[in-house]
Amino acid sequence: MLKLDKECRIIRKLILKTIGTLGVGHIGGSLSIVEALVVLYANHMNCDPQNPKMAGRDRLIVSKGHSGPAVYSVLARKGYFSEDWLLTLNQPGTNLPSHCDMNLTPGIDMTTGSLGQGFSCAAGIAKASKIRNDGATIYAIIGDGESQEGQIWEASMFASQHKLDNLIAFTDYNKMQIDGTIDEICALEPLDAKWRAFGWDVVVVKNGHDCNEIDSAIRFAKFSNKPTMIILHTIKGNGISFAESAGVDSHSMQVNKELLAKAMEELEKAIID
Amino acid sequence: MEMRQALAKELDRLMEINPNIVVIDADLSKPNGLMALKKKYPERAFDVGIAEQNMASIAAGMSSYGFIPFINTFTPFATRRICDQIAISIAYAKQNVKIIGTDPGISAEYNGGTHMSFEDIGVLRSIPDIVIFEPVDTVQLSKAMPQILDYNGPVYIRMFRKEISNIFSKEEQFSLFSTSNLQKGNDLSIFCSGLMVQETMKANEELSKIGIKADIINVHTLKPLDKPSILKSVKKTGAVLTVENHNVIGGLKSAICEFLMEEYPVPLKSIGINDKFGQVGKIDYLKKIYKMQAEDIVKAAVEIKSKRKN
Repeated sequence: MLKLDKECRIIRKLILKTIGTLGVGHIGGSLSIVEALVVLYANHMNCDPQNPKMAGRDRLIVSKGHSGPAVYSVLARKGYFSEDWLLTLNQPGTNLPSHCDMNLTPGIDMTTGSLGQGFSCAAGIAKASKIRNDGATIYAIIGDGESQEGQIWEASMFASQHKLDNLIAFTDYNKMQIDGTIDEICALEPLDAKWRAFGWDVVVVKNGHDCNEIDSAIRFAKFSNKPTMIILHTIKGNGISFAESAGVDSHSMQVNKELLAKAMEELEKAIID
Repeated sequence: MEMRQALAKELDRLMEINPNIVVIDADLSKPNGLMALKKKYPERAFDVGIAEQNMASIAAGMSSYGFIPFINTFTPFATRRICDQIAISIAYAKQNVKIIGTDPGISAEYNGGTHMSFEDIGVLRSIPDIVIFEPVDTVQLSKAMPQILDYNGPVYIRMFRKEISNIFSKEEQFSLFSTSNLQKGNDLSIFCSGLMVQETMKANEELSKIGIKADIINVHTLKPLDKPSILKSVKKTGAVLTVENHNVIGGLKSAICEFLMEEYPVPLKSIGINDKFGQVGKIDYLKKIYKMQAEDIVKAAVEIKSKRKN
């Protein structure tokens, strides 16, 4: 997985460049989900960047749609569009808005941003795939703060009731939301027990930035006869010291030229190492 | 025939032809008359339980896969409760989902204020790209369904679900995006919708007796408005009466006013709910309480005719 670790550092660099162009953006929640995205697209997603709407493809619904900059960086590396596009994030007329938009960006499978909704959409897509019997796997990523939305649990019951074993979801459990820590605002624990109680298989990944652990969890989930929730214990702003130290304030933050240059230096060094 | 029977019959017919149609319920398939579909098409007609917001987004997801979902519940839950899911998962994401809301306005009867939607059209009308359709009878509903299916985008079907006398004949032409003329006249334009069309025709019997010949037009599709037909009528009559089973804020009156104030302002009166909440009662009782009876329509018609512009 050394190759994937290196790819993760490249993705972080692209996220920084993407957000740094405008000088502000959702950096914390983009950085916490990098490894999951990289492992998915490197090892698991059956998709074709030359044919983004390929029938029967695996799909990824990033229900925490504000992680757009991370998703766009991975899609660009995968070849869905030129890396130059990343510099247009949130610029007038861009194809890369803050929150994921299936009608603007090649490779985005569902428009998300109003939290909770994307997860229900993912359940609907998994149900649709079952009816078509096309063998696709549907992946979804939700946030921990997003898990406070009632709609998440409505969708989880639906997935269980309809035996959607083709649905594999991730919780980006970085323990932070805009107004404070998850525990301060509205705690989720025991999160794994909650998902089990809702009829899902659960895999807890203790280090959500370990590509090996994530890969093993996905491989397990593929053999489950239930929908599976992979709980990723992550760090908000992971891999960039100024974002990590900003904590809850990294949700959406200013990235000035000095911070950008310093962070790039950190990452360059890490890539060379 | 009951409206819900006509709906079920038409959905069944269309589902037989089109394998992409799915019907999704939120624990109201029994009152909405759709239980038989679940038995006949167990894969494509299913219930999500009492979870309307989930239903809307699931439908959006299925639409993204090429299915054409029809989601069903009562009007308040089909609109105000899931406004954001309709706005984002369905409309903004450009998904082809049809939303069926039953028991509009006073037809919620004994379910009372909590279930009595006087604002549902207003809630949805400001969301771009949604077609809003309110059928008058089973003939119109049956004729509209294939056209609704052919339209690639979200459609809100606001429909009474019980027995109703037919106004339209099977032989009449119907177009989803054109108004339906019920009577030609020059004295005033009456624009009416849904449940209130029958009441308007009752009022028309009295208007005829006193020599008033109204141009009576059924605005079954409130969005997009058939502007040319409305303008043509108003230029002829110079006065407007709107009649609707909805708050006069946000519904038919608002839509007509918004258009005419820019194009051809004329004196206008309205019959509908005057910014009140619902309450329990039979339809006839509620029509009396909210001043939506034929006699109220007659009175308003006489008054507005006297103020006509022409």
